[in-house]
Amino acid sequence: MTDPTFPTMIDLAGVSKAFTLHAQGGVRLPVLDRVDFAVRAGECVALVGPSGAGKSTLMRLVYGNYRCTTGSIGIRHDDEVIDLAAASPRTILAIRRRTLGYVSQFLRVVPRVPTLEVVAEPLRMLGVDKAEAVDRARILLARLRVPERMWSLPPATFSGGEQQRVNVARGFAADYPILLLDEPTASLDAANRDTVVALINEARERGAAIVGIFHDAAVREAVATRTFDIEGVRAAA
Amino acid sequence: MNDTPLLQVEGLSKRFGRIAACDDIGFDLHDGEVLGIVGESGSGKTTLLRCLSALIAPDRGTVRYRMRDGSRRDVFALSEPERRLLMRTDWGFVHQNPRDGLRAHVSAGANVAERLMAVGARHYGEIRERATDWLARVEVDTARIDDAPRTFSGGMQQRVQIARNLVTHPRLVFMDEPTGGLDVSVQARLLDLLRGLTADLGLSAVIVTHDLAVARLLSHRLMVMRGGQVVEAGLTDQVLDDPQHPYTQLLVNSVLQP
Ligand SMILES: Nc1ncnc2c1ncn2[C@@H]1O[C@H](COP(=O)(O)OP(=O)(O)OP(=O)(O)O)[C@@H](O)[C@H]1O
Ligand SMILES: [Mg+2]
Repeated sequence: MTDPTFPTMIDLAGVSKAFTLHAQGGVRLPVLDRVDFAVRAGECVALVGPSGAGKSTLMRLVYGNYRCTTGSIGIRHDDEVIDLAAASPRTILAIRRRTLGYVSQFLRVVPRVPTLEVVAEPLRMLGVDKAEAVDRARILLARLRVPERMWSLPPATFSGGEQQRVNVARGFAADYPILLLDEPTASLDAANRDTVVALINEARERGAAIVGIFHDAAVREAVATRTFDIEGVRAAA
Repeated sequence: MNDTPLLQVEGLSKRFGRIAACDDIGFDLHDGEVLGIVGESGSGKTTLLRCLSALIAPDRGTVRYRMRDGSRRDVFALSEPERRLLMRTDWGFVHQNPRDGLRAHVSAGANVAERLMAVGARHYGEIRERATDWLARVEVDTARIDDAPRTFSGGMQQRVQIARNLVTHPRLVFMDEPTGGLDVSVQARLLDLLRGLTADLGLSAVIVTHDLAVARLLSHRLMVMRGGQVVEAGLTDQVLDDPQHPYTQLLVNSVLQP
């Protein structure tokens, strides 16, 4: 299904992650052990494994949100492979702006910013003009059935499912070459789940490299081109 | 984007008697970057900010600034008039207490206009228009342009102070607890405003705050200070979500989801 001539977009080599909890007397909590993991353009890889195994941790490492203890995290950015583990904050931010999209499990709301702007913001940061960015935001919000009367309101007071749809819309606003999705359908009804499935498949077909965590087996079946079992790289506690 | 840092700080130290308020601090700040400085009170944040902005001289270390003409100058080696010009044109300083950054006896409009006149603006109509424009931009009712800031609420005074600083299009702004003494709803509004302004204007900024949520919202990068030293620095969300240093973990764990 995936084309071996498509470029590798994500390339983890020997990545380990342990947390040291200083408040607990410096106890060391190993989570991931020597992960080798590569994803090509046009692939959608589902991370699987039991709760607490380290799926979200792996995803946050790829986003540069967590720092790895050992190893390298290669990200193809503007036709160049950059190791996130060694990159400056400035470089990581540039990579996130143009290359790496991330739909977290929960929307982190900024007070007072209206929904339409929250969704359009990633495009605005790419220098897309306001009218075009807002048009794209409208299309996504409509597809995800967020009622139009809510678009001018900040999402702070929205329900969990509504916030999640705003979050998904924001993640799909810019056509990122790499998309990281942490349970993007978790609190959605069937119709919206189908929309998210369609969005994911469209992104993959245009050549995005996608890594996702999908608890819903039907969703996973519908979007994943293969799975990656975290159990195999789980650190012995 | 320019690859030479706008501000380059090396080995900055400042003692007050036996207390090391800043101990061997160094970092680079690039165009459009917002650096947050967090840490408990007394950790040296304000002293660092005052050294960076040449308000006080450090005992050791250098602060190099890239001028508009591209030359890089040690700010402590500038002549007094050069330094004053820099402070009036290229730099802004937003104080925690608006009273330290505003002139109490002149109107809000004049407070903003004064900065413009200091950089040579002379045409009255134009100065007034730009002052009005900026007051509107920071959401101060322009009908109150002729009122003195002391008749304004704390949040409004803070916004006038911001307008006064930004009207000359500085490239670098120092802020010391800009949302400090304000209540929560006023704070949110101000934060939102600051976030929008720094992004739209491509401002570089150094923001001191003890509030991690403020730091997360406004800054790209974070420096955590304790006892005059930087104990941890990096991308803001990395430092807050995966803190490495015991002190940073303590800070993050002592608040509700920053
Ligand atoms: N910032 C952190 N600090 C300390 N420990 C952490 C941190 N983030 C994750 N962990 C620990 O790492 C382990 C893996 O967590 P992670 O969230 O990656 O699991 P998961 O596979 O995504 O689980 P779930 O399916 O429940 O979402 C857990 O033991 C968790 O407590
Ligand atoms: Mg998880």
